[in-house]
Amino acid sequence: MTSNKAEEILESLWVKLEEKKIPSASFEIMGLKKDEEAVKEIVSSGFAEIRNSTLVFTDKGRKLGRDVVRRHRLAERLLEDVLDVKGRLANEKACEFEHLLHAGIDDRICTLLGHPKLCPHGHDIPPGKCCAREKKELKLISPLSSLESGQSGKIAYIHTRDSAKMQKMMAIGVVPGMKIKMLQNFPSCLFKLGNSQFAVDESMAKDIFVRIGGEEGAE
Amino acid sequence: MNSDAGKKILIAGNPNVGKSVIFNDLTGSYATVSNYPGTSVEVSRGKGKIGSDEYDIIDTPGMYSLIPITEEERVSQKIILTEKADVLIHVIDAKNLERMLPFTFQLLEAGLPVILVLNIMDEAEKLGMKIDIPRLESELKIPVIPTVSVTGRGMDLLRGVIINYSADKDKFFLRYDKVIEEKIATMEALSKTEYMISKRAAAILLLQKDTGISALAKKKEPDFEKMASLADETAEASLHSVNYMLNMKRYQAAADIEEKVLSHAREEKVGFAETLSRLMMNPLTGIPILMVVLYFGFYKFIGGFGAGVLVDFLENTVFTGYVNPYVTKIVEGIVPWVSIQQLFVGEYGIITLGIRYAVAIILPIVGTFFIVFAVIEDTGYLPRLAMLIDRVFKQIGLSGRAVIPMVLGLGCKTMATMVTRTLSTNRERIMATLLLALAVPCAAQLGVILTLFKDNLSGFLIWAAIIFMIFLLVGFIGAKILPGEKPVFFMEVPPLRLPKLSNIIVKTYTRMVWYFVEVLPLFILASVLIWIGQITGVFDLLVGALVHPVRLLDLPDRTAVAFFFGFFRRDYGAAGLYELNTHGLLNGNQLLVASVVMTVFLPCIAQLIMNIKERGWKTGVGISVFILFFSFGSGLVLSAILKVTGVHL
Repeated sequence: MTSNKAEEILESLWVKLEEKKIPSASFEIMGLKKDEEAVKEIVSSGFAEIRNSTLVFTDKGRKLGRDVVRRHRLAERLLEDVLDVKGRLANEKACEFEHLLHAGIDDRICTLLGHPKLCPHGHDIPPGKCCAREKKELKLISPLSSLESGQSGKIAYIHTRDSAKMQKMMAIGVVPGMKIKMLQNFPSCLFKLGNSQFAVDESMAKDIFVRIGGEEGAE
Repeated sequence: MNSDAGKKILIAGNPNVGKSVIFNDLTGSYATVSNYPGTSVEVSRGKGKIGSDEYDIIDTPGMYSLIPITEEERVSQKIILTEKADVLIHVIDAKNLERMLPFTFQLLEAGLPVILVLNIMDEAEKLGMKIDIPRLESELKIPVIPTVSVTGRGMDLLRGVIINYSADKDKFFLRYDKVIEEKIATMEALSKTEYMISKRAAAILLLQKDTGISALAKKKEPDFEKMASLADETAEASLHSVNYMLNMKRYQAAADIEEKVLSHAREEKVGFAETLSRLMMNPLTGIPILMVVLYFGFYKFIGGFGAGVLVDFLENTVFTGYVNPYVTKIVEGIVPWVSIQQLFVGEYGIITLGIRYAVAIILPIVGTFFIVFAVIEDTGYLPRLAMLIDRVFKQIGLSGRAVIPMVLGLGCKTMATMVTRTLSTNRERIMATLLLALAVPCAAQLGVILTLFKDNLSGFLIWAAIIFMIFLLVGFIGAKILPGEKPVFFMEVPPLRLPKLSNIIVKTYTRMVWYFVEVLPLFILASVLIWIGQITGVFDLLVGALVHPVRLLDLPDRTAVAFFFGFFRRDYGAAGLYELNTHGLLNGNQLLVASVVMTVFLPCIAQLIMNIKERGWKTGVGISVFILFFSFGSGLVLSAILKVTGVHL
């Protein structure tokens, strides 16, 4: 069992080397000391090697680092979207959560959330095995585009980095918390928002994530 | 402020909430009213007497928030940022308080003298909604007027409020999260100049990096650099975008207010209109419905009645029977010189050709088209068609939204090109402009072509198939070549509504007058130029030059004259073909080739000007040059194919 501290180092190392593409991670950059307990643990468990005072991933370590990042970001989504915990508290709790979501639990949470692609801060969530074999399972949160006609719920979040698109959606009233109901999903998506109907294409509908449930419509 | 002269009223609000109806009511003039978002793409200005004062009244294109997304919204924002209004009427759909109040908050934030109009109250009442108006007034601290503008309900109340309007200092105030408020305060402190809107609102827009206000600030603010970097910093620092945080707060506040003022009596029932609406959007039933609309609306009414019965009557009975001989007699009686007689009543005379073409051939066809189009518009069918067709349109670089300019283009392409403003990316606007200019026949052309193929259904179907293929092919290739982002489709789908006869009549009439004023001078000008050309011999020279490409197309020499007309207007050219055909000068193959070339021929002068105005002269002229070569090219290919295959139509 890897210690929490070791996992956190691997997490931060993964973000630096794999995501931000920093050429090398010296102990200084990582804010670590060579003789720290957790560093020794990482090296002795074969997750990383020390070369010229920098930490270098082994394949095994890279995989674990990515895993921890995935768990952290999933935890954030879970806290924000489902448990409604926001801001700094969410981040702190996510740091604790990430160590609990082991072996398959992360995939279940991921499925539950509808395989989210971005964390609340807009960073990519590394996809897991479950994302590859995404099926129409029972989901708590699902992109609007995969809702059946007649299904309804509340908008949980909008996932897009395109600020113009975000603007467009917010302007017409696609904002978290609004009630939304799918009326028809082919050839384009037709949904009801408030007392109006909107038609959008798939590229927009898959960015709108809906917490399914609440009251069903009149039909 | 209370000077009697030059009082100004601005009308603003979401698309399709009835702003133009209120404008028409207050001014007594007519701005086009339809049932789809984005009918008004231009600002309408009018004057209206309310009480004892005369007001300048400005109707703006619909916008969803103070920050514009499409071009016509940018126009509206500019008006709000630059025109000093004594009253701003914010029109919202009473059914959608929660969705539309956030815009009211923005207007209040901007310190504008807002009157809130809850329009379309009848539909809200039908849904069993009860809105506590006094409560809403006290929440927002502004006058709130419930109206049904199409029937005039509540309009007198609105007039009364306008007359007695005095801007209340103490208004609804929305406080944002602490982080945001701090940034707003910093931004406000940096600002040294006055805007038409409050400093607070200006600061908020600047934080959101809105381009409209930034352009103003850049000119006026000494510390603009600092302000811009503050906006950048804020954007980088916050977890969610500033935009998101502001909007969340606004929507929360709107939801809170809605909860206080709205009581729901009963659940919504699915009525007949809603059932029909769904049928229109379901491909299985929607495509047959589209076919029915096309067959009866276009083929039967415009083709059969407009281009058949009406044209026949005006052309053969009125002009050939009465007007032409009568006028010829008069002119020949007054004017002794044959060459001057020719100007008015000759083969290409102003009256015998120019006015006859315009009145007897073009006008009835365009008129019947405008009637059909008005009915289609007012029911709300177009947004449904947009939803149905979006996937197909994506293949040719357009979104479903482009269906509105395309269908309007079947009437008049100049108007339609103006409407391409409602499309959200430049790429899509260029594609739409090109396709309109090339492969969408306008009503006049379509009508004339329908009569050309009156007894030749297979010829007509082949013509239609060829034009449709050109449309798809050019669209498909264009979408591959043109750089830029793919279009995104989103559109509000308003309820189906029963068209009002009075609106259809007024709208058709307004459009026909507009069209007639547009074409008639050109037709007369063409007659005059041809007359001068004939006297000087230039006409024969030009037609002589055109004879060569015409011969390449295997067409009789006289077709050159029709193509010469086509340079003035395509419908004029098509009318020329009509004339040739009535004299039996074209065989089936020639008719097909000539019709195809004329359909995709040069855009008319009005459209060319509009293309240049909307897309810039490079794109505008470029499109025309491309089309000139393309039209003859496609004619050549077609005539070669017919020759090789030995088909005779």
